[in-house]
Amino acid sequence: MKFTKTLATAAAMGLALSGAAFADEDPIKAGFIYVGPIGDLGWTWTHDQGRLALEAEYGDRVETSFVESVPEGADAERVMSQMARAGMDIIFTTSFGYMDPTINVAEDFPDVAFAHATGFKRADNVATYSARFYEGRYVIGEIAGAMTETNKIGYIASFPIPEVVRGINSAYLAAKSVNPDVEFKVVWVYTWFDPGKEADAANALIEQGVDVIMQHTDSPAAMTIAEEKGVYAFGQASDMSAFGPNAQLTAILDNWAPYYIDRVGAVLDGTWESTDVWDGIGAGMVGIAPFSDNIPADVQARATATIAAIASGEFQPFTGPINKQDGSVWLAAGETADDGSLAGLNFYVEGIDGELPQ
Amino acid sequence: MDFSSLNPVAMIVLLVGAATPILLAALGELVVEKSGVLNLGVEGMMIIGAVTGFIVATETASPYAGMLGSMVGGALVAMIFGFLTQFLRSNQVATGLALTLFGLGLAALLGGDYNGIKPPPTPRLNIEGLSDLPIVGELLFSYDPVIYFSIFLVAAVWYFLNRTRGGLILRACGENHDAAHSLGYNVVMIRFGAIMFGGACAGLGGAYVSLIRVPQWTEGMTAGIGWIALAIVVFASWKPWRAILGAYLFGGITILQLSLQALGISISAAYLSMTPYIVTIVVLVIMSADRKRASLNAPACLGRSFHASN
Amino acid sequence: MLRLEPRQKASNMMLYFTPLIAVALTMVVGGALFAMLGINPFDAIWIIFFDPFLDSFNLSQLFIKAAPLILIAIGLSLGFRAGVWNIGAEGQFIMGALVGGATGLALWGMEGWWILPFMAIMGAVGGFAWAMIPAILKIRFNANEILVSLMLVYVAQNLLSAMVIGPLRDPDGFNFPESRSFSRNDATELPMIFEPLGLHVGGVVALIALAGAFILLQRHSLGFNIKLTGDSPRAARFAGVNPSIIIAVCLGISGALAGLAGLFELTGPAGKLTTNFPVGYGFTAIIVAFLGRLHPVGILLAGVVLAGTFIGGENAQFMLQLPSAAVRVFQGMLLFFLLAVEILISYRIRFSKGAS
Repeated sequence: MKFTKTLATAAAMGLALSGAAFADEDPIKAGFIYVGPIGDLGWTWTHDQGRLALEAEYGDRVETSFVESVPEGADAERVMSQMARAGMDIIFTTSFGYMDPTINVAEDFPDVAFAHATGFKRADNVATYSARFYEGRYVIGEIAGAMTETNKIGYIASFPIPEVVRGINSAYLAAKSVNPDVEFKVVWVYTWFDPGKEADAANALIEQGVDVIMQHTDSPAAMTIAEEKGVYAFGQASDMSAFGPNAQLTAILDNWAPYYIDRVGAVLDGTWESTDVWDGIGAGMVGIAPFSDNIPADVQARATATIAAIASGEFQPFTGPINKQDGSVWLAAGETADDGSLAGLNFYVEGIDGELPQ
Repeated sequence: MDFSSLNPVAMIVLLVGAATPILLAALGELVVEKSGVLNLGVEGMMIIGAVTGFIVATETASPYAGMLGSMVGGALVAMIFGFLTQFLRSNQVATGLALTLFGLGLAALLGGDYNGIKPPPTPRLNIEGLSDLPIVGELLFSYDPVIYFSIFLVAAVWYFLNRTRGGLILRACGENHDAAHSLGYNVVMIRFGAIMFGGACAGLGGAYVSLIRVPQWTEGMTAGIGWIALAIVVFASWKPWRAILGAYLFGGITILQLSLQALGISISAAYLSMTPYIVTIVVLVIMSADRKRASLNAPACLGRSFHASN
Repeated sequence: MLRLEPRQKASNMMLYFTPLIAVALTMVVGGALFAMLGINPFDAIWIIFFDPFLDSFNLSQLFIKAAPLILIAIGLSLGFRAGVWNIGAEGQFIMGALVGGATGLALWGMEGWWILPFMAIMGAVGGFAWAMIPAILKIRFNANEILVSLMLVYVAQNLLSAMVIGPLRDPDGFNFPESRSFSRNDATELPMIFEPLGLHVGGVVALIALAGAFILLQRHSLGFNIKLTGDSPRAARFAGVNPSIIIAVCLGISGALAGLAGLFELTGPAGKLTTNFPVGYGFTAIIVAFLGRLHPVGILLAGVVLAGTFIGGENAQFMLQLPSAAVRVFQGMLLFFLLAVEILISYRIRFSKGAS
């Protein structure tokens, strides 16, 4: 719905005109809209780290601002419009639920660049960006498979969306490749952020004999429980070793700084255009935290080699032969999954127990 | 499906941990409601307790000081509610909701510098011989002190309400504030005291989350359990012993659905999560239908403002 | 020594004056808070309190935010006047969106002017039916409606989750737990009526409901009975008012209006059903109803002012980098002060020497 159409367009044109006259002196203004508080230590926190890196990189040439805890929907649309009106040159909208609002507002502000994280709708002035976290999950899956003694790996999952399902499949394939007896126990908590529930899920998994925990939820709750119970876990989004100095084996790091620096740089020299960026370990968007000393040297060496192979593009985590859970063929030997099928992934690969909630 | 890997003892230990913050907050609210006041700001008081407890615990390196701090913090924000509703006679429902909004904001503001810090650990009970006993040791003698305190508090609240003069007066305020007033009791001050007690309990419940259950501070970490505590009070039909049952049932359902999933059984979390609320409504209906029994439990003046007529 | 002394008659001057006192107090205390956080308090207060009503874009957003608050609060105020405490409007709001939205999805692909009105009716029915649960339980079993309606909020929230994860999920949406977009579909899109104030159909319906409530309370015998039941239940009984009917009517109207608000929110500003669809309008509306002193005109003002501070609060975040937590604290203070000063209407403060 164009709840902001005519007025907003008029305002945008006014701003664009006045903006042009001062183009050389004014710093580039970059706005960020966050779905959670910057203190969540998870998703939003990593985006805000990217924003801070942007400021550090360009100094006076860029001015950033943000609004945190913006509900998805009408409120997001209003905040984006307000930012566009306030003369932002580029606006990063950092949650999947901002997809339609971003498209709506972008129609009203053709001169403002928008970049929407994790979505699939683009326009001339709406770029999308996302990270190939499944590459990182392959690396930690390999480590998990080597480290587990009970052969049971716990996985705390948020919602059964392709992003999360990709991560489970990738980690499972990796673990299986080094440990054929490995078993995955997936618990869906249906929330991105609920420390109490995440902690309970971690506890429930540990009671089931799990000795390595992975998570696709935002809070460091599972890490603190892992530390307490003496099992291993992996940091999510940021290095969580403060919460689990012994428990954390490594962490998948969301590193948005390179993307933000690159895109704002493009705005600065006037070369920005709508792109679809889906970067992984190679481009530095997905990082792997330093390995814990608890990981034996040979496992570390193999993980380092895997990271290098993925970074160089030599290896793709979804390389056939891979069957679907029901035994039918997904990828033939040597075949790799294309981005389209990865984007809509909605099935488990063969070997994972349990039913994917549909 | 292999159910043998479900360890009932471990599940009980887990559910007690999940239930204790709810139980503490519900006990406080129970006393508040028995005095005739409905405070919907439990969630706000809990999150304040979570953050003040965390701050005091990290600054003093003592979890027990933190717990005291959380009770003070919870009681202080409850005072705002008490002052407004008791002295300025504002509407309790609206004031309680405002307290939640205020509490969530204030907690985030206070806790800004405490993200990503580990609080001092709270030791669990360890009695030579007893705690090491198989099953019984784990089931009875291996919890953290707050859990034992919460059970003690249930007994204490029950004793106070049913066996002491003070409890009788407090209940009288909830049943018929005009009568209590004409007998010479200061309804306003009694209710104010109950509200402070409720705040302290909710605060401790919040600190249980930030210091023990998930030892960390993050914004909004109580994630709605204050509202569940309100439901528990009704489910318990304002009886402290039943509050334990209610809180453990809620905790049990959460733990059970996570454990079943870990076993590989797919269940619909959403449908399972709504059952406790439906059960609460059913309990409420059964209780209320029998008017004689209802009048023994639900405070007649609940939510009504008291105006002294002189 | 300060003492409160009841007034013979509620002070009319204070009725209008107290909100201004509350706003002034909030500005002083809130300003001090902002200054402590290192933010210019004058700028912050200007952006939060004045800018939303002076800037054309902000105005164009005002009723988008205020309409659901007003629509829900109007229904609630009738019940609150009669002593019927529906605090589960959030649940009725969700059920309105859920039932109306499911209707829209069932008719997906069809064209016609009648689709949206039909969805609106079903939305109202959804909210009405959800509110009838506490009404019937209250009438038949004497179950406390505050508690039943509150419990039903959680049931509705879980039902919404189950639906968007399950049957109502967008088949083309990559498994994301959300429905199709109603606002990007001609047949189900809520029309905007008066853009400069953000008045969509839901806003217009809210204004009509305001007028209806005004007439009901001033002119109609039902309105009189509602007020009588609230002021003096015994007198109402003697006057032949059937309390069961009052309970059913009050809960029914408030449920239907909350359901309508949910459907309008769904087909307009929110666009689609997601687990994040409920953002607390049903609870905030309770505050609006009280701040508006349960009077239609008061509710209009309270809804607009509160909506304004929400909009202003967001602006202050990115314009001044004011933390969202500080904005919430500020709003909490505003509510506290508004509730606190209300006492001046029916009481006066006396300074007396020593205890009397």
